[in-house]
Amino acid sequence: MDFVVNLLAMCVPFSVALLLASIGEMFNQRAGVFNLGCEGVMAMGAFIGMLVPFMIGKGGEVANYWNYLGILAAVMVGALLGLFFGLIVVTFRAPQGIAGIGLQMFGVGTAGTLFRHFVGGTQSVVGIPNSPVPLLSKIPVVGDIFFNHNLLVYFAFLFVPVAWYILFKTSWGLKVRAVGTYPRAADSMGINVNKTRYQALMLGGALAALSGAYLSLAQAKMFSQSLIAGRGFIAVALVYFGHWHPVQIMGGALLFSLAQTFQAAIQGLGINFPYEFAVMLPYVLVIVVLSFTSRNQTTSPSALGKPFNREIRT
Amino acid sequence: MEHITKRFPGVLACDDISIHVGEGEVLALVGENGAGKTTLMNILMGLYQQDEGRILINGEEVRFRGPEDAFAAGLGMVHQQYMLVPNMTVTENVALGYQQAWKPLKLDLKMVRDRVIEISEHYGLQVNPDAYIWQLSVGEQQRVELVKTLCLGARFLILDEPTSALTPQETDELILLLKRMKDELSIIFISHKLNEVKALSNKVTILRHGKVVFNGETDDYSPQEIAALMTGHEVQLPENKEPDMHGAPALVLKDVCVRSDRGFLALDGLDLTVHEGEIVGLAGVSGNGQRELAEAINGLRSVERGTITFFGVNLANKNPYYVIDHGMGYIPEERNVEGIVPPFAIRENFILKDSDRERFSHLSFLKKKSIEENAKRLRDDFDIRCPGTSTSAGSLSGGNIQKVILAREITRAPKFLIAVYPTRGLDMGAIEFIHRELLKKRREGIGILLVSEELDEIINLSDRIAVIYKGKIQKVLPHAEANRRNLGILMAGVNEDE
Repeated sequence: MDFVVNLLAMCVPFSVALLLASIGEMFNQRAGVFNLGCEGVMAMGAFIGMLVPFMIGKGGEVANYWNYLGILAAVMVGALLGLFFGLIVVTFRAPQGIAGIGLQMFGVGTAGTLFRHFVGGTQSVVGIPNSPVPLLSKIPVVGDIFFNHNLLVYFAFLFVPVAWYILFKTSWGLKVRAVGTYPRAADSMGINVNKTRYQALMLGGALAALSGAYLSLAQAKMFSQSLIAGRGFIAVALVYFGHWHPVQIMGGALLFSLAQTFQAAIQGLGINFPYEFAVMLPYVLVIVVLSFTSRNQTTSPSALGKPFNREIRT
Repeated sequence: MEHITKRFPGVLACDDISIHVGEGEVLALVGENGAGKTTLMNILMGLYQQDEGRILINGEEVRFRGPEDAFAAGLGMVHQQYMLVPNMTVTENVALGYQQAWKPLKLDLKMVRDRVIEISEHYGLQVNPDAYIWQLSVGEQQRVELVKTLCLGARFLILDEPTSALTPQETDELILLLKRMKDELSIIFISHKLNEVKALSNKVTILRHGKVVFNGETDDYSPQEIAALMTGHEVQLPENKEPDMHGAPALVLKDVCVRSDRGFLALDGLDLTVHEGEIVGLAGVSGNGQRELAEAINGLRSVERGTITFFGVNLANKNPYYVIDHGMGYIPEERNVEGIVPPFAIRENFILKDSDRERFSHLSFLKKKSIEENAKRLRDDFDIRCPGTSTSAGSLSGGNIQKVILAREITRAPKFLIAVYPTRGLDMGAIEFIHRELLKKRREGIGILLVSEELDEIINLSDRIAVIYKGKIQKVLPHAEANRRNLGILMAGVNEDE
């Protein structure tokens, strides 16, 4: 029993980075832009997030609120990177797959280089402490699993219904869905297709950077060039997995994290089982589930990956 | 609109066009495919910016930066290709343009829904506000488009070929509806179906090659006169009045059974013979096995039972290459999907079936010069209107795409031709051209199987008419015995002999 509770209590905070990044990617894709550069934006977010409190404290301990300044800076850098990506793929209409890989390399590379310049070697930070929810965290089992985490964890899970509301209940969400499915129709209704895509890219970039800052400040409490470790790409896959719907994406993020924590746990138990197979488990799981769920893609944004040009008929 | 000029790379789409519409008037804007009608209307809606000229509304010059400005001025357009997002509801589609409902934190869908219901009741346009677009038939989608446009406050309606995708009944309903609505609205109606123009409009403006060639009152002119002005010459659809060629059997189908995509028998023991130098019209309501028949003959669909004998060779269950190699020409139903590769250049589409023949390639290297010569010749012979032979075929109008396909198939010197709905959606000039080419081939002694829903087309061109119903040939009539009435009865599945 303890094993299971521990597993679940670990899995919830572990899923946050994936959850935030894939909700961001969902907004990109709903607007018709495929952003493979998520990984790079996360790396930049992770670096900026830890750099701000590190510089302020000159490498030592800092007050907790400086961590949030770091997060704010990371989110702003993420939005700027989204804007930059928009310039390339929306205004200049570059092929999105290639541009995304470019952004990924740019982000990971720049973050690593600046890290070596400003920080040097691997350096741990104090990071964001846990904030147990009063009363609720005292509930046996449930309290440990859901209510004994840091503030960003609560934020990420509360953001899922917010994202749903934005997407399906606001005029901006309506515009995002229209420009990602049938931009020509949106255009004929007087909606600025490119502007809407820029906005979605900025939101997506901000969320990806927030996800990165969560990794460096709250989860790993350190930065290294391999900190993101492919989570950006998993986030992209989770968007397909979750059929572009926030709640299903959350389910995917939790499932993947559960597999991840499970494999770490069996290694820890010291069972005689080749660890290579354990490490493979979460990835195999994603491939298997994707191949079963992606057949019915009626909800997919049909203009995904296609630049819009009003004066060219297709 | 005065002196509107619009250039696209390589094309002058609108050349100094002026039109005016008074309050409560219905103007029919008529012209062949690619005459510049749609471009002109897109300029009026602010989707394109004109290079020269100005737009006046009630005597005041306006400049629309986008459709939202046009909506605000009371203009609304129903595009030929419907501008509806398929995975959204009717209400959501209207909400996309209904900015009054865009509250800061909430989209007031209830307000939009009420508006949709109000408008649809006022004009008698039945729509279900909660239905998803993908659930609706083409006719219903058109009503949604009308409701949407009216919800946004349009008092001036632009309809771009509103009937091109509708069944005859839906077309009649639409015409009645528009007649009712024209008391309250001004309408610009784009069409090349002249009986609709006659039925609906007060005034007619004819465009040809981006220029206004005619302006007048509709009542003063007959459809023939308008057709002549539209194409620049008298349109006289040709008729097959030539003597029987007494050719040998070219294509003989015996007891052919083929399954459809959904697995039921689409052809159920079909027998049919077409001779050399004969046009056999295959009449029938679409969906009775015509598509499967054409695909089975061309090696695109497996044959469960029976033989397809083509000059002594059985074509059943052979691959398309084999069929093409034996001299089959094929004008497929879906011209944009099966007939051409849309992003390829016109000259490349011309050689799709011959790219590995010595004429166009040597040791698998393409011969650029002979490909280009071939393309230039076909373009001139078939009067294909395009900026150049390197233009992508998909950017052409429907009539020109069909001419590209026809040119490729005919000039390959086939021994036989299968033409499936060859004139669907085309204007009079293009139809006339294609009919003449088909008759020319017949005179050369080539057998043609013509699949069509248009009874006039079938009656005008065919030597014999076979009626297909539920995968069987209902009856074969000689040309002299066929008329619209008895064909209609046979197409509905009634066989008077039995």
